[in-house]
Amino acid sequence: MAAPLPDPERLLETLVTQMKPAIGPETGLVGIYTGGAWVAERLHRALGAQTPLGLLAVTLHRDDFGRIGLHREARRSHLPFEVEGRDIVLVDDVLHTGRTIRAALNELWDFGRPSRVRLAVLADRGGRELPVAPDFAGARLELDPGEALVLTNEGGKLRLAAVRRPA
Amino acid sequence: MSPDPQLDAQGRLVHLLTTEGLPAEIIRHILDTAAQFVSVNEREVKKVPLLRGKSIFNVFFENSTRTRTTFEIAAKRLSADVINLNIGSSSTAKGETLLDTVWNLQAMDADMFVVRHSEAGAPHLIARHVKPGVHVVNAGDGRHAHPTQGLLDMYTIRHYKKDFSRLTVAIVGDVLHSRVARSQIHALTTLGVPDVRVVGPKTLLPKDVERLGVRVFHDVSAGLRDCDVVITLRLQNERMSGPLLPSAGEFNKTYGLTPEKLALAKPDAIVMHPGPINRGVEIDSGVADGSHSVIMPQVTFGIAVRMAVMAILAGNA
Repeated sequence: MAAPLPDPERLLETLVTQMKPAIGPETGLVGIYTGGAWVAERLHRALGAQTPLGLLAVTLHRDDFGRIGLHREARRSHLPFEVEGRDIVLVDDVLHTGRTIRAALNELWDFGRPSRVRLAVLADRGGRELPVAPDFAGARLELDPGEALVLTNEGGKLRLAAVRRPA
Repeated sequence: MSPDPQLDAQGRLVHLLTTEGLPAEIIRHILDTAAQFVSVNEREVKKVPLLRGKSIFNVFFENSTRTRTTFEIAAKRLSADVINLNIGSSSTAKGETLLDTVWNLQAMDADMFVVRHSEAGAPHLIARHVKPGVHVVNAGDGRHAHPTQGLLDMYTIRHYKKDFSRLTVAIVGDVLHSRVARSQIHALTTLGVPDVRVVGPKTLLPKDVERLGVRVFHDVSAGLRDCDVVITLRLQNERMSGPLLPSAGEFNKTYGLTPEKLALAKPDAIVMHPGPINRGVEIDSGVADGSHSVIMPQVTFGIAVRMAVMAILAGNA
């Protein structure tokens, strides 16, 4: 049964309010595929960010390769700006264990050495397995450990759902 | 046991031995994955950690510096440890059998074997006898197959032509001795290319090659007409004279790809060659270095495709 969850549009508004004073014209927003890319696109527009939007595919740095093999992922990282020395805000939809963020940092470093990296997430659902914390979060939610928080995008309409994971 | 020794019971790729019978879905998965590695290879740091801690043995019973090097680079960019063995000059000379060699290497905890052998079927034999979780990649066996070359050619074609379903592809030259041509033909037909042609003299085309789903042309003008893709094959030095061919010069005159012959193909046709090229034999310098040639991109894509194959295999432990 899906628990009542906040509307992603409201969470985006919260994020924009938090981020507005904290980013400059040189700040690069970088969305993590797939959900993070949707959120980053929306933030990029709402914040009027001047540096073009970056996107990261983290498949090649995931730590579950040894258990479940290569994820099917045709998308590639695309960072249309110099990473070296840049102020970066990584954007993801849901922050859970922190493992995706670890992979994203590794991927990012393959392109250069940023001056600073901060993290913005639509929702932080807890359950961290790594020392990762968001700098900006639309909401903090309590979920059952057996549930996954999933962001969907139907023609631009973002929706959050809690789904029970197969055991 | 799955009827195709390349696939496990779940239909996942565990060895790459041939493109024959390889499902289109798996080919597309390899090509999509390779696209990611093409972008990795364009970066400052051309390395990802997927195969960290894995040992890949390049076991070459037949010499090939080029192919071995591309596999070595691919494995290193996946962070694997690579061990190169030119067996041609060592164990077999001492009388060790193929499988004894492989078992010895397996006892050194090999995770993957990249095998080239002059005998068709050698990689299959090895694949049948390795432990579960050990993968075999065929890097060319006799006249049989050279699947990674075939797949990198598919990547190249897709890169330039996008859609396989309306293409005319001509494979020109010594198809008879070419494992590359066989791997290309199987992959092209599986991916739905409607018009695959082989073009060459009777003496250099396999008997019954039509059974593979290709059209046969002995007349090069007819064979090249309106092609989207022209693949020239290397004429092996040892075959340039002898019972099958009068001479290399004669071959060049009739089947060598010249600017004039290429003009029969579509204006946006691409020209491919598996390398190394014999300038002035199967291909003229003007074509090999010309604007239609994608021979160097083939080499570049080859690294990414081999990375994709190794990463997919290693992931299907």
